[in-house]
Amino acid sequence: MKKNMTCIVCPIGCQLTVEPKNDGTFEVTGNGCKRGPKYAYAEMTNPTRMIPTTVVIKNAMLPRLPVKTAQPIPKGQIFDAMAAINQVVVEAPIKTGDVVLKNLLGLGIDVVSTRTMNKC
Amino acid sequence: MIYDVVILGGGPAGLAAAVEAKKESAENVLILERDRELGGILNQCIHNGFGLHTFNEELTGPEYAEHYINQVIELGIPYFLDTMVLDMVDQGDLKVIHVINEKEGYMAIQTKAVILTMGCRERPSGAIGIPGYRPSGVFTAGTVQRFVNMEGYMPGKEVVILGSGDIGLIMARRMTLEGAHVQAVCELMPYSNGLVRNIVQCLDDYDIPLKLSHTITFIHGKDRLEGVTVAKVDDHLKVIPGTEEFIPCDTLLLSVGLIPENEITRNAGVEMDSRTNGSVVGELRQTSMPGVFACGNVVHVHDLVDFVSEEAVLAGKGAAKYLKGQLDTNITFTTLNGDGISYVVPQKVSLKNVEEKVTFYMRVRQVFKDKVVNAYIGETLIATKKEKKLLPAEMVNFKIAKNILAQYPAGEIRFVIEEAKK
Repeated sequence: MKKNMTCIVCPIGCQLTVEPKNDGTFEVTGNGCKRGPKYAYAEMTNPTRMIPTTVVIKNAMLPRLPVKTAQPIPKGQIFDAMAAINQVVVEAPIKTGDVVLKNLLGLGIDVVSTRTMNKC
Repeated sequence: MIYDVVILGGGPAGLAAAVEAKKESAENVLILERDRELGGILNQCIHNGFGLHTFNEELTGPEYAEHYINQVIELGIPYFLDTMVLDMVDQGDLKVIHVINEKEGYMAIQTKAVILTMGCRERPSGAIGIPGYRPSGVFTAGTVQRFVNMEGYMPGKEVVILGSGDIGLIMARRMTLEGAHVQAVCELMPYSNGLVRNIVQCLDDYDIPLKLSHTITFIHGKDRLEGVTVAKVDDHLKVIPGTEEFIPCDTLLLSVGLIPENEITRNAGVEMDSRTNGSVVGELRQTSMPGVFACGNVVHVHDLVDFVSEEAVLAGKGAAKYLKGQLDTNITFTTLNGDGISYVVPQKVSLKNVEEKVTFYMRVRQVFKDKVVNAYIGETLIATKKEKKLLPAEMVNFKIAKNILAQYPAGEIRFVIEEAKK
């Protein structure tokens, strides 16, 4: 099945058309440079995204602590990841890079704090 | 006490300017911040994508801010939080900054130099005058970003977003991740005002429709928002009758532009530029008032914080040079936005203050393909910048080396969009 996507490797944003072939490879058209097919291949076979979000924090200046997945996770598991991260409650003090959730969804990827919050 | 440099605002511009001024041997530097912590807008921008140019890695907003906050602390630069600047008065060699906070009450702070880094604020609903009612449920996108990411409140469940600026796109994804349903992003123009990567990763990823050439013609609901009427517009941005469509929703987010926050600047009598809504600045971000510098979104609205930091370094250097009496005040060049360009910063250049090159920041008026930006002095073409695609949402950085500029007599540098030569 043909798929249309916008390449985001650079700001030009080429409109790519990706067509799977019988041998498991893809035919990419519309790309302005050779980085386009690479991007399209990753998007077709294993698209991943970073998930920046928040968790509940107690005894801090604010009630929410910003966090992110330490590495990109598979795009198809974003909402499962959000459901798991939303269960997390941490206590101040927290430092940037502290692990707030280990091994998210069994992916081997941790969720880490993205700011320091002191106790108050 | 008389300070060397006082910085009005502890956001990304203020932090980087303070660090640079201190490194360039300004002794008594002070940052004034009206919020309860340093970092400014970065604290609510929890998404990643910051620092690709500066640090070669993708940081979130709070991580990017912390990098600079740590430097401020290491350098021992003092800062006042919860402190509102009321006024800046020029007394020649000294400037007086009138401020107020809960602990000290009213203070008049004396300083030799000032760096203005107040940033910008969002255009509110009142500025775009949508017909209809004024129920609760209508917010600016940045307000909701703060509610969701810092305060822990979700303002609604069924969302429509007007305007495709980056904050609107980011919030479309954020609201979706937190369980809301985003019905559509409506954009008046035939192109998006956001970065391409945000359209792909915030809208396309979640199948959120981007309705280009669409606007909202009516807000429904008396107490709480009940829906909006959306209609298509023609080439002259006029609503096409018969295209109206009712979309039920309880929340409307506005992402319809940012305005540099320059009340203090204007009151002090600093020369302004109506194209940027910021002050007129030189190559080291000096304003028309000797000793007063400005950088970041208070000068012109940036799309990437990396370039705010870059500009703040210039202002920090400029203030340090001024304190040492080394800032040249003779203007060599002025800049002009020619065909296809809406503004150019800096507006003035004193070539003696330039180290290696001048980076001219500018925005194009519309989407251009296979064109070039040409820089002329008189009728002479002095430099060309090639871009396959030029978008109003993406600021153009046009670097011209000092040794090229030095070959020409003083005058006006004109930037224009032209056909690429084959």
